[in-house]
Amino acid sequence: MAIIAPGTRVPDFRLARSDGEPFTQEDLRGTTTVLVFYPFAFSPVCTDQLQVYDEVVGEIRGQGAEIYGVSTDPTYSQQAFKDKLGVSIEQLSDFEPKGAAARAFGAYFEPGGMTNRALVVVGPDQVVRWSHLAANPGELPGVNLIFDGLAATAA
Amino acid sequence: MAPASDLGSAPVPALRSDDHVRGAPGAPLVVVYGDFTCPRCAVAWERLRDAPVRVAFRHFALRAKHPRAVALAHAAEAAAAQGAFWPMAASLWGDQGRIDDPHLWERCAQLGLDVDRFEADRRSPAVADRVRRDVHEGLRAGVAATPTLFAGDGAAGRPGPPDAEFLAALAI
Repeated sequence: MAIIAPGTRVPDFRLARSDGEPFTQEDLRGTTTVLVFYPFAFSPVCTDQLQVYDEVVGEIRGQGAEIYGVSTDPTYSQQAFKDKLGVSIEQLSDFEPKGAAARAFGAYFEPGGMTNRALVVVGPDQVVRWSHLAANPGELPGVNLIFDGLAATAA
Repeated sequence: MAPASDLGSAPVPALRSDDHVRGAPGAPLVVVYGDFTCPRCAVAWERLRDAPVRVAFRHFALRAKHPRAVALAHAAEAAAAQGAFWPMAASLWGDQGRIDDPHLWERCAQLGLDVDRFEADRRSPAVADRVRRDVHEGLRAGVAATPTLFAGDGAAGRPGPPDAEFLAALAI
């Protein structure tokens, strides 16, 4: 599955916020958005990932962008994960239909039945500006890649 | 437009005069980005301590990783100001269960450090800046987990403690 390419308008999708309210393509309008697709709440690599990304949330917002974590975990699990780590990155659930949004972005790992590890930067016009799919779900992309992606967006 | 970020990709900086380095000058160099609250870093220390390598340590202390991660990085820098970076590092990795302030004072006493000076130094802007610099440079080099090891010019960072294969490759 290929990750969604820069220049592509985002597909219609529906994720769930922690309070169960929907998060759709309309929520991307007007703000640069970083979507962080990760496999599993509470897994070791995803724990490292959210902890290191949380370190630079202020810098990401300083670039005028917002960041969200996306996985197929249900909202309650995502909230517990967020609370346990003490991070501020809002979580979006792709639980039902499972992985539908991730598949639409090319960020689903079929062999594992899970969200792949991918980063997508979407411009305020809902067009993808930059994307990155890890070589495998166990590989953790550094935050430097997010800032490279945001720089490409600004260019 | 938002100001440009200075967190985009950059190579891991070359060894510099204020790095914390131990080991024979001619031995192969390993740059370790680590954290004193991290059990995997304690394992890395166990494996590197007596290995025939030169080790340079840089801080990768994240606020979200552990409530004491940044505090211990500052403590190690304050010990460094009294010439005791590695003894303090070995002390912290050797016992990661006793890391509150009274435990740090106890460690200082055991290492023969001036506790009052340690207390002043670990709260100084210079110490905070130094730790922040290391973390910032690590982020730019793609460090995302501790420990991450860099060996050789331009090589990508390798997450996790060194295994026998990694150490054997260094010795060649």
